[in-house]
Amino acid sequence: MDVTDLTLIELRDAIARRDCAAAEAARACLDRIEAVDPGLHAFLQVFRDEALARAESIDARLSAEGAGAVGPLAGVPIAIKDNLCLDYGRTTCGSRILENYESPYTATCVQRLLDAGAVIVGKTNLDEFAMGSSTEHSAFGPTRNPWDRQRAPGGSSGGSAAAVAARLTPGALGSDTGGSIRQPAAHCGVVGLKPTYGRVSRWGLVAFASSFDQVGPFGRTVADAALLCEALCGPDPLDSTSAEVEPPALLATLERPIDGLRLGIPAQARSGGVDPDVSAAFAAACSVYESLGATLVLIDLPNLEYGIAAYYIIAPAEASTNLARYDGIRYGRRARLEPGEDLETLYRRSRGEGFGAEVKRRIMLGTYALSAGYYDAYYKKAQQARRVIKGDFDRALDEEGLHAVFLPTAPGPAFKLGAKTADPLAMYLEDFFTVAANLAGLPAVSFPIGLAQADGSALPVGGQLVARAFDEMTLLRAARMHEAATDWHTQKPPA
Amino acid sequence: MGRVYRAPRYTGPVPDEPAISRDQVERVARLARLDLGPDELDDTTARLAALLGYVDRLARLDLEGVEPLSNPLDATNRVDEDKPRDPLPTERLMTMAPQAHPPFVKVPKVLGDGGGA
Repeated sequence: MDVTDLTLIELRDAIARRDCAAAEAARACLDRIEAVDPGLHAFLQVFRDEALARAESIDARLSAEGAGAVGPLAGVPIAIKDNLCLDYGRTTCGSRILENYESPYTATCVQRLLDAGAVIVGKTNLDEFAMGSSTEHSAFGPTRNPWDRQRAPGGSSGGSAAAVAARLTPGALGSDTGGSIRQPAAHCGVVGLKPTYGRVSRWGLVAFASSFDQVGPFGRTVADAALLCEALCGPDPLDSTSAEVEPPALLATLERPIDGLRLGIPAQARSGGVDPDVSAAFAAACSVYESLGATLVLIDLPNLEYGIAAYYIIAPAEASTNLARYDGIRYGRRARLEPGEDLETLYRRSRGEGFGAEVKRRIMLGTYALSAGYYDAYYKKAQQARRVIKGDFDRALDEEGLHAVFLPTAPGPAFKLGAKTADPLAMYLEDFFTVAANLAGLPAVSFPIGLAQADGSALPVGGQLVARAFDEMTLLRAARMHEAATDWHTQKPPA
Repeated sequence: MGRVYRAPRYTGPVPDEPAISRDQVERVARLARLDLGPDELDDTTARLAALLGYVDRLARLDLEGVEPLSNPLDATNRVDEDKPRDPLPTERLMTMAPQAHPPFVKVPKVLGDGGGA
C-alpha cells in the first residue's frame, strides 16, 4: 500500500484500524515531500521532527484510548498555508516583511485540526499576503504546477493545491479572498472549498481583505473536503465575525443524491473569453448533471462582469488598512536608518523594502480609492456594485428555485509562469468566475471536471458550484453527484 | 528557499487619458507610508492607470439609491463580554521586536530632529 496515494478518509480509516501507524503516514508524506518538493516548491517550511513526534504521540493515544477518543482526523498529515499562524516555526505570508516572524499563537482553525488529531507537516507557499492568482508573487519564489512544471499552480493558495495534487499530503488548508482556494484547486485538479463567509474563524489568519477572507480545505475528493470542513467550522469567541451557526454535518448525507436537482447556468459560462477546452469540459459536466436527472436553468447574472472591478477596489482598500500594521516597530522587518533620520522614514523604508511589488500596488490602489475626493467615485461605488452582484445571485437562487449556480472555476487552464505577471489586469481576470462568491459571501466549491490539452501537457479543468449562505451541505452533495458519476478526481499528475 | 521572483515591467495597455498621474501616485505613496523608487513610481503609475481605466466600467451601472454593502452577511459585529483574558507573554512578544530594551520596544526619536535608531 502506497500511503501517499490514499485519500484523506482512506488514510484516516487505515490509521484508525491500525493498518498504518500515524508515524508511518507522516514519514511517507515527509519522504515524498523531500523527494518531490525541490521540483515544485509547494512548501516554505517542513516540520519533520515536530510532525514525527506528534504522530508518535497520536499512535500512543490510539493504542491507549482507541480511535474514537483521539478525533476524526487522528494521525492525518495536513499542510497549512503560510498565512495561518502556528505557535512554532515561522509565519511568513510569503513576504520579506515577515520573513522571520514567529507567531506567538496558533490560529483557531489550525487548532481545531490539531484537536481533531491532525498532524501538521509543514507550511505552504502563497502569493505574498495572499495577493495573486499564480503563487508567483511569493517573495520566496513561485510554486510549480505538478501537471506541468513550466506552469503556475494558480493562487494564492498554490502551494496547498500543488501539495495535495502531487500527493505530498492528502489534505491542506488555504484561504480564499477572491478565488484563492478554488482557482488553484481547478488548476491542480483537486477539490477546493470556500465555506460561507463567517463559517470558519479567522483568528490567526493574517488579514488581507476582512470582508472577503475565508479559510477552507483542499482534498482530492469531495468527501475529504467535507471532513476537513466539518472540523474547521463553528463560532469562535476570538473572531467576532464568525457566525453563531453550528458546524454542518456534511458527511452524513454526502452520498445521498439531491432529488430534482436544479442548477443555474449563467450565460457568461458559455460565452467568449472562456478557453475552448474549458468550455468543452464545462458542457460535458452539464451533460453529466442532466444524465443524473438534474434540470439546468439558463440564468441571467447581469452584473457578473462588474465583479472584478468592484473586487479590485474593495479588496485593496481593505488590504491597505489591514497592512498599515506592518511598520517595522513591534515585529517584522525593520529598515536601517542613518543618523538623523526619523520615525516616518523608518515606516516608509521598512514598508518599501519589506513589501513586494504586487502588495505595494494593492496598497497604493486601496489608499487611492479611500483617499479624499475619490472615495465616492471608487470605494462607495464598488460597495454599491457589490450589493447589486449579491442581489443577482440571491434572486437567481430564489426565483428559479435553484440548489446552486454552476460555472467554470477559471476562464482557462493553468498558464505558464511569467505569462500574466507583466499585465496585472490579465492576472486579475483569472478571478472572473470566482470573485462573485466572495462579494456575495456564498459558499463555493471547485472540483475536477475534465482535462485540457496544451503544448503536450494534460491540464486539469475545474467546475464550480455556488450555493446559498450556510448551505455547504447542498453544495457538496451536488458536487459529489458529479464526482460519483465521473473519474476526473482519480486522474494523477505525471510523477 | 527558492530564488526571488521579480515581476517584469508593465507592458499592458494604458488608457488615453490616464485616471492617475505620477504626481498623484507620489502623493498616495506618502499617504501609504511607502517608499517607492523612481522606476517603481513610473511602473505603478502605468499599472494603476490601466486598472482604474478598467474599473471605470462601474460608471455604467445605475447605482442610484443602492445601499453600499460592507459585510456580505449584513451582520453587525458581536460585542464581547468585557472580561480580561490571559495576555500573550510579554517576554515572547519582546523577542519579536526588531530592536528592544525589554520591556520596551526601541524606536527612533519621535519628537524634535529625529535621530537614527
